[in-house]
Amino acid sequence: MTGSHIPDALANRLATATPPKLAARVRGLSDKAIAWLFITPTMILLLAINIFPLIWTIRLSFTNFRANRTNAVVKGIGLDNYTSILTDPDIWAAMQSTAHFVFWTITLQTLIGFTLAYLLDRKFRGHGFWTTIILIPMMLSPAVVGNFWRFLYQPQIGLFNYIISFFTGVDPSSFEMIGSVTLAPWSIIIVDTWMWTPYVMLICLAGLRSIPDYIYEAAEVDRASTWRQFWSITIPMALPFIMLAVLFRGIENFKMFDMVNLLTSGGPGSTTEVASITLKREAFEKWRTGFSSAFAIILFVTVFGLANIYVKALNQVKSR
Amino acid sequence: MTDMSQKSLMARIFCRGPWETAATAFIGAGVIMLMQPFALALYTWSFLTTLTGVVMFVIVSKFPE
Repeated sequence: MTGSHIPDALANRLATATPPKLAARVRGLSDKAIAWLFITPTMILLLAINIFPLIWTIRLSFTNFRANRTNAVVKGIGLDNYTSILTDPDIWAAMQSTAHFVFWTITLQTLIGFTLAYLLDRKFRGHGFWTTIILIPMMLSPAVVGNFWRFLYQPQIGLFNYIISFFTGVDPSSFEMIGSVTLAPWSIIIVDTWMWTPYVMLICLAGLRSIPDYIYEAAEVDRASTWRQFWSITIPMALPFIMLAVLFRGIENFKMFDMVNLLTSGGPGSTTEVASITLKREAFEKWRTGFSSAFAIILFVTVFGLANIYVKALNQVKSR
Repeated sequence: MTDMSQKSLMARIFCRGPWETAATAFIGAGVIMLMQPFALALYTWSFLTTLTGVVMFVIVSKFPE
């Protein structure tokens, strides 16, 4: 039908544009060969930018290679890098900072995200507008968010300190979110929660909307209270979606780098030094490339393991 | 008959579900061991636990349902 709209002159020109030899060769290819022809460039690209660096990193993790001393002799040191990392109390502390960050962001995001989704699922007037407004932080770039929260956290001119001061009566310049050892981890948790709660809310909303109305109607016929309906219908049926959001945010926050780097760069001292910041310091400040490669592999295996659980949870949600 | 019973025994042993759950438990335990603040020894063995879980998961995901 569409072909009939192509003028004959144009069709002839297109047909003659392909060199006869190439046309003959392409015409002779099987479907499988044509499929390979299309897939090959992507596979080559994938091998070049993903698989090769991964294999190279694994290789480097068993050496004492330093990227700033390319002329030095590279020695194979076996599992020494792995042993050093897994017995280093400083890296263990970085892992604990990561755990603190992951635990609190997931807890807050799940609680606030589910509450917002539950409220938006009530379908009140203008709920579409409020959904869009709530989703805005998620659409911003982490670089932009990191920069403007730095301004908001300024003790002299920042809005955050003035809002806290308005509600608590504390002098706005008496505390510093980013500069304080106790408050700096929370400053990152607040920003991440502000930015990614809408994402959790969106997944929870999808879960709540997937619950059929007739289940609630049957519960009402059985005179089940709203509280009972919430605990016996809403929570169990939305749980796979909540788990999905928790796993996805867990994986993302485990590798969090940009926001922490922009807000505190791991400081003050090393209080907000999460695993990815330690990795950057080892690789590009101390130039211990072999050591940092081993650390990257440890983080990769952990994220890969979590991703496996994520896929398993996703399949369970799909099979529902 | 023996072949059939052997096949069903193999199918029962190499069933994906419980093995996948075991691999998931290994990964979960490894991640918790990596980030816990209580014992350095647990942290030291965390990577090996996670790696065991990951390798196990990759293998058992090929098992029949």
